Amino acid sequence: MKDRYYLGVDVGSVSSKAVIMNRNKEIVKTSVVQLGTGTSGPKQALDKLFSDTGLSLEDISVTVGTGYGRNSLAYADKQISEISCHAKGINYEFKNVRTVLDIGGQDVKAISIDGLGRVLNFYMNDKCAAGTGRFLEVMARILGVNVDELENLDEHAKNPVTVSSTCTVFAESEVISLLSQETKIEDIVRGVHNSIVNRALALLYKTNVEEDFTLTGGVAQNKGVIRALERALNKKIYVAERPQLIGAIGAAIFAYEAKEERGKK
Amino acid sequence: MSIINENMTSMEMLNILVDKNMEDARKAKERGELVCWSSSIAPCEFTETMGIHTIYPENYAAVIAAKKLAPEFLEHAERKGYANDICGYARINLGYMDLQKNLANSEFPLPDLVLLCNNICETLLKWYENIAYELNIPLLIVDVPFNHGNEVTEENIKYVESQLHDIIHQLEVICNKPFDMDKFQEVMKIASENANAWYEATSLCSAEPSPLSGFDMFNYMALIVCMRGKKECGITFKKLKEELEEKIAKGESGLKGAEEKHRIMWDGIACWPYLSHTYKVLKNKGANMTGSTYPSAWALKYTPGNLYEMAKAYTSMGNNLSLKGQTDLRKGIIEETKCNGVVMHLNRSCKMCDFLQYEIGKELEESMNIPITTFDGDQADPRNYSKAQYETRIEALVEMMEQRAE
Repeated sequence: MKDRYYLGVDVGSVSSKAVIMNRNKEIVKTSVVQLGTGTSGPKQALDKLFSDTGLSLEDISVTVGTGYGRNSLAYADKQISEISCHAKGINYEFKNVRTVLDIGGQDVKAISIDGLGRVLNFYMNDKCAAGTGRFLEVMARILGVNVDELENLDEHAKNPVTVSSTCTVFAESEVISLLSQETKIEDIVRGVHNSIVNRALALLYKTNVEEDFTLTGGVAQNKGVIRALERALNKKIYVAERPQLIGAIGAAIFAYEAKEERGKK
Repeated sequence: MSIINENMTSMEMLNILVDKNMEDARKAKERGELVCWSSSIAPCEFTETMGIHTIYPENYAAVIAAKKLAPEFLEHAERKGYANDICGYARINLGYMDLQKNLANSEFPLPDLVLLCNNICETLLKWYENIAYELNIPLLIVDVPFNHGNEVTEENIKYVESQLHDIIHQLEVICNKPFDMDKFQEVMKIASENANAWYEATSLCSAEPSPLSGFDMFNYMALIVCMRGKKECGITFKKLKEELEEKIAKGESGLKGAEEKHRIMWDGIACWPYLSHTYKVLKNKGANMTGSTYPSAWALKYTPGNLYEMAKAYTSMGNNLSLKGQTDLRKGIIEETKCNGVVMHLNRSCKMCDFLQYEIGKELEESMNIPITTFDGDQADPRNYSKAQYETRIEALVEMMEQRAE
């Protein structure tokens, strides 16, 4: 009998992520392409998965799309919001986690979940890019560094500055002014990380911030942000090995459940 | 002879009456008769008695916003110095007033007096004061204190009642004729009946499936706002009630062409610039807005002729209640209209609504275990809304509602 596979695709604003799962609910392969909705990113992510595994769309029983560009996937059987997918995905990685902070390219979400990965409530950022991945990108550009260099710079901060503006545009001018005063880049980076965390905390504190807490989304790859969050919350934070993939993993599980667990309830 | 008749649908009546009301005001203005601009839940009984043609800036601002014509007026008001933090209705109206004040004819004729009651909003005070100042016309205020406690106090009611007597004298001076008490009695009777007819029709949303979509209710609202003192208003709502009862008998839902799978309460004012988008995203998920604070908003109950009761009715308005009062009001709506989810419009225009929503939402979640989502938007300014954000949040809400139903 031919094996059955399940596909979860998370098309974000700045990257596309895809996960294939088998009928034993195990992750077979994942891919991440740093191009988001409206680009060739979703296709590249899929091509990569298929060329790595030798599978094709025909081998996929159910596909679930999520993320900002979820409705652009013509081959998806179903679309599910990234809120439900992050909850589901994190429950797969950490059964004990009850509070999720997801910082993506242009969204920040604080989600309370139950032991089965169901959403109890959620809060999202308003119509503003401050405190999102985009904010980090803008800051990295002004500082003349790559986004993935930020975490190492942060580690070397000695006299961290405060970036007080809650608006990306104003924070940009604040950082430019710090640079002109010859403030050390490491100290500015720490200030930027603290700023993003402060912004996220406002959302986070609307949930019952439970002891078992995780950070997901692309920004969770930045250890500087994780350290800033740990300092602010004074607690250990669970971070998945591939935090950027949580939404796609959740989508793949929804795809799996749609077939394998249908009628089991 | 009435311009509506029994053979018309309530929607036909609504459209004819809303147009006619505005047309009457324009003609009255041309004839040199008085036109009044009034806030939406002010005592229209007084201006109606005096034969003053009363029209409603909030309603007209919503019409402008829904027709996507708001930016011109918003930008004009902002150039005049009104910050974009100020209510969108106020900015549209103040922009409109300024653009039209030197023209001979306006679609929405300029006022000869303004009447406001701050039982629904405090911005009205400065907004109307500025109109009165700019146009050099009389400003009539019914100042209603906020109900901080759980009860509407005797002092507050008496304070408001005394102002109602003042309004009578002010209008006698403005119109230079005595206030006709017999006519007043008749208008109060009509207004009470109309308020009742509005409530009886719109509260049929409690049926399953609901025969009325809350978004259609938003449209009918124009009539209870603009013509509460005229008997045609009640005729229309009685007709609407008959139509809805017929749909209930047939088991028809108010979601046109879609099955009602979920029932939500909408908290806050409509997002007029995106009315169709906000409706369709919900409809695509089979979610019908069955609950809102609007059916009870105009249910002003008092004995005609009794100014004390009238003052109490205007003071007890939903928007003018304490946090507990507003929370209890919503709990009742959710139960009566059998909602299993709540959508809160974080309306940039209305800070009062927004500040209360956080606490109200928390209490509803905790005591009723009902899922809630919020979205950023605005009742009139199209710049404060993101379609993608709305879609994601509604989808997540529906997913939560589905999971809880499993």
